Formats: sequence, structure tokens, C-alpha cells
Amino acid sequence: MSGLALQNVVKEFGAFKAVNDVELTVPHGTFVCMLGPSGCGKTTLLRMIAGLDLPTSGAIRLDGEDITRVPTHKRNLGMVFQSLALFPHLTVGENIAYSLRIRGAPKEDQKKRVEELLSMIHLSGYADRPVSKLSGGQRQRVAIARALAISPKLFLLDEPLSALDAKLREAMQVELRQLQQKLGITTIVVTHDQREAMTMADTVVVMSGGEIRQAASPIEIYRRPADSFVADFIGQTNLIEAESDTRGHVTVLGQPVPGLQLPSGAAKATISIRPEDVHLTAPGAGALTGTVTFVRDLGGTIETFVEVADRQIVAVSTPRERPEVSVGQQVGLALTPDVCVVLRK
Amino acid sequence: MRREPPQTFADYSPLLFPAAMLTIFFVVPFGTMIAVSFFQRQQGGFYTPAFVFDNYARFLSAFFGGVLGFSMMMAIAVAICCVLLALPFTYLLTRMARRVQIVWLVALLSILSLSEVIIGFAWSTLFSRTAGITNILVALGLMSEAKALTPSFAAVLTGMVYQAFPYTVLVLFPALVRLDPTLTEAARTLGASPLKAFFTVVVPALRNTIVATLIMVFIFALGSYLLPQLLGRPQHWTLSVLITDQAIYQSNMPFAAAMAVFLVLVTLGLVALTVIAGRKGEAA
Ligand SMILES: Nc1ncnc2c1ncn2[C@@H]1O[C@H](COP(=O)(O)OP(=O)(O)O)[C@@H](O)[C@H]1O
Ligand SMILES: [Mg+2]
Repeated sequence: MSGLALQNVVKEFGAFKAVNDVELTVPHGTFVCMLGPSGCGKTTLLRMIAGLDLPTSGAIRLDGEDITRVPTHKRNLGMVFQSLALFPHLTVGENIAYSLRIRGAPKEDQKKRVEELLSMIHLSGYADRPVSKLSGGQRQRVAIARALAISPKLFLLDEPLSALDAKLREAMQVELRQLQQKLGITTIVVTHDQREAMTMADTVVVMSGGEIRQAASPIEIYRRPADSFVADFIGQTNLIEAESDTRGHVTVLGQPVPGLQLPSGAAKATISIRPEDVHLTAPGAGALTGTVTFVRDLGGTIETFVEVADRQIVAVSTPRERPEVSVGQQVGLALTPDVCVVLRK
Repeated sequence: MRREPPQTFADYSPLLFPAAMLTIFFVVPFGTMIAVSFFQRQQGGFYTPAFVFDNYARFLSAFFGGVLGFSMMMAIAVAICCVLLALPFTYLLTRMARRVQIVWLVALLSILSLSEVIIGFAWSTLFSRTAGITNILVALGLMSEAKALTPSFAAVLTGMVYQAFPYTVLVLFPALVRLDPTLTEAARTLGASPLKAFFTVVVPALRNTIVATLIMVFIFALGSYLLPQLLGRPQHWTLSVLITDQAIYQSNMPFAAAMAVFLVLVTLGLVALTVIAGRKGEAA
């Protein structure tokens, strides 16, 4: 199979399992974002793919070949480190040409390739500058160009944009995604920023505690989260208990929701409802009834906090579609089966 | 943070104490030595104030010029050997577990507590015919019979490198610890073997530190005067040995002073050259 495959990869530091039995296939040319809270093992997993750490057990295959024990410098990959790790004693051009020089490429070829890459990252004419004279965004681009100089099989980035300010970060996300699509290179980016993952990835891999919780397209992760961790970690959500009676009729906070089904045999389950799927109506008439406790008007969107049976439910709507409500008022929350996602646990 | 230059005289007051110490313990003695180097020597160990160049003229004879050259060469050799040995050693040390590092650093520090005399006698025993390391080689069947390795140039060099090695490691250690380990990892992902990464990333990134260390060990080795006598033949004696000899045994203060002044000037010249060469290399 063409692409990257991780098979039962485990990494232990002493008794601590940093990566626990990870199974993942990344088809050739895919853009994958590994997403998870700090300390969940993302960097460790990426370092094993790069060969900088050895898995305790399991195998890593690239295009069908087992590369678990192949040393890093023979893997032909490109990696961008969180600290960027640009060589301080070399100029921009020399940094980018490093992998070509190490492989003994002729001087003219190196020069041509550097020109090519510099124009790709919009830094033509910067070849002779020292890296210390660049801005954060420019250093970022140089690190990316340096990693891509040999047209690697695999492009790995560890929180590449975390040092940039918010505006530049969003611009770089778009740029990075466009670059990857142009080159068609298999790319794995580690991040703890879910917006970043949603912007760039074909596949988002949500990790927690060294395990993969869900691997799917960004929109599926958002619409169909597998469990409460994923639902809560990706965007904002309302996690509510649903109960089923013996005849299969489901109630949410005491309100029957016709058409909603729990996994067969389950009497209880947690469901996730995105705030934008909660519709405020007049109280009564086939809807949950609650009291408005807080209204946050952000201009573009309005968040309404509603208390229903001691639970806080957040509804997000645009000013246009939302009825006028104020704190203390009774409102109805319309629940339809299509907005309730039943979670695994 | 912006640094303002000192505005008033009071701003300079923290400098008063070090300036006074420097004047009393360095400028005054050095000035006295320069003055004495021009004095006229009297028979019987005394000298009278004068302004003669005899002492310098005598120094420029072939013999003393040769000794100066040998001293410089010896100090350069010690500096190069020390850095060549200490750089990979310290690099590997910084990658070890904290506990291993502490054990090694304590061992190195304990070498510093040894006096030059003890180091000299220890090595002359190790290099002797009767009790030396050649006996081990004979026992292992690598040599047919034990022989003395001292006095010789190699013995002097070994002793001096041994003495200067801990200093070299201690000077290199902080710079290597501070070196971002992801630099070598980045080099490896870009296709460099660990050895290539060491030579193309670690060594060039530490160029200034390496030059500074070379100069420090060079000057340190230049002052050594016991080891050349304990481990070498008279032709391996350095200028420091001759200065001691003239000052203490021949009671020729003016000539000893002239040699010392000359040594300082040549040393300063060499250091300046190294620094200038370093600057040029940086600009290129
Ligand atoms: N070399 C190591 N020795 C011991 N523990 C480590 C080492 N590297 C990482 N860990 C631990 O493994 C866990 C995962 O680390 P990491 O992969 O860096 O997390 P992430 O990149 O997701 O923030 C953390 O709890 C961290 O403390
Ligand atoms: Mg990390």
C-alpha cells in the first residue's frame, strides 16, 4: 500500500505509556492533523515516525516497507520542529540547501533549487541573509522550505505555527494547506489548536492519553464525534444524558424526543448537541422548557445560556434568527433527532 | 531592555574597587617589570636603574629565540590536542543522564585540585621503565620489553594536555549544554548521519566558543614550567622555565623581566591575530 501505516505502535518511558497501541493508515498525499491536549503523546508519535525515537513495540511502514528501525537520516523525510531549529551559523540559502549539500548535489543544482524554494515561500532574494535577521513568519517559511528541499516522501510538522501571532497563524494555515495540495505530499501536522486542524486537514486524528480517540474528516469529527472527549474537545458542545424506556422511547431531561434511538439495549447514553443546533422557541409545545440565565452578545453571534432541570445548555444563534429573549425569561428548546449525536460513552 | 550609558561619575562607582585591585595587583607589578627589564645588571645579583637594551638584545640571540618558538609551538599543540579531545567528549557528556554528568564533572574537578608537581611525578612514574605502562603492554604481549617513555616531547605534551583537559571541558560544557539539541535532530532529518551532523552543525555553531577555548588553553599552557622539567629534556624546556631559571637561580632580574615582557607581547599579538582571523571568517 502506498502511504504511511502505524501498526500497534507503543512507546513507554519507564512504566509510563506515552503512546498506547496506535493504529493508523495515512494514504499517499493526505494531509493529517494530530490533535489533542498537551501531553497526550503527539510529539512522541511524530518523533517515532521521524525515527528520532524508537517504538517500544509495533511497526511503522512507509509504502509497504517496514521502516521502524531505519535511522532518521536514511528516511528521506522533511520535518519542521516546534523550535524551527534553523542553523544559526548558516544563511537562509545555506539552511535551505543543507539537505542537498549533505547528499553531495552539485553547487549549481543546489543554487537553482534554493531559488525555486525561495520563490515558492515568497522570499526571493533572501538567500544571503543570516537567519537571525528574519521575522517569525519568515523563519517559519524558511524552516518549511528547508524541509521540502529534497521533495521528501513524508512531511512532518510539530506545532509549526504555535509561535506566531493569531493573524499570521491563520494566514500560514491557508498557505500551508495550499502548498501541500500543490505538491501532493503526505503531510502530518501536530497541533493542539482545533481551528488549525479543521482548516488544514483531510483527516483529523484526535488523541488523548496516548490513544487515538477518533480519526476522520474534520466535518465528520465535528458532526459525528465518537465519544464525549472528542465532542467536547472539538468546538463547543452540550453533553446531555438521554434515557430510553423498555419500549425504546427516548427522553432527554424528561422531554420525549420521538425518532431518537439509543444503541440497542442501552438504557442510558450521553448525547452531544452543538450550540448552533439548539433552537429557541416559545415555551411549551413539544420542547424542553428552561430559564435564560445569561446572554452573551458577541455582535456576529449571540450565546444564550439556558438552565433546564439544573443543567446549563448553550444556544448559539445569529441576531437575525433569534427571538428577543432576556435573562429570567422562560424559553423553549426544540430538540429534533437529527441534531442529537449519541456518543459511545 | 535598553542600556543607557553611565551618565554621572557616581554611575562608575561600582568600578572603583575592581579598578583599584587591578591597578595594585596588575598594573603596578607589570610596570615595575617593564622598568626592570631596561635596568643594568650588576655582578653578584643586583641591578642599577638605567635605560639599556642589553637585556632585549641578548634575548634576540638564536638560542632564546628558539626557546620562544618552541614554547609557542608547545602551547599551540596542547591547545589543539585539548580541544580535539574535549569537544567530542563534552558533546557526548551533555547527552548523558544527569547522574553520569555529575560523576564525570566531579572527577574532572578533582584533577584540578592536584598540584602540577603531583601530576608531573605521577606521569613520570607511569612513563618510567620499571613501573610504567609499558609493563602492562609487555604483560599483554604487545611489546617485547618495557622501556622508558620519559623524558620526551610526547611525555611533556601528555602531561600538559592532562593538566589542561579539565579546564577545557569546563569551558566548553555550558556552551554545549545550551546548544539546542533539536539542531542535530534537524540535521539528521535532513539526511546527515550523527557524525556528519556533529561536524556540520555542532562544530560550526560553536566556532566562537572553540576559538575562545583554544586561546584560553594556549595561555594556560604557556605558563607551565614544572611539567617540562619533570617530563622533558632541556631542549623541551619552555620560556617559562628559563625565566624562572634567570630570575631565581642566576639572579638576573633584568634579563628575566625582559623575557617576560617579550612573552606577554608575543602572546598578545597571537591572540589578537586569532581574534582578527575569527572576525574575518565571520564576515565571509
Ligand atoms: N523522553 C521522555 N522521557 C519521559 N517522558 C517523556 C519523554 N518524552 C515525553 N514524555 C512524556 O510523554 C508524554 C507525551 O509527551 P509529548 O509526546 O511530548 O506530548 P504532546 O506533544 O502531545 O504535548 C508526556 O506526559 C511527557 O511527559
Ligand atoms: Mg508536543
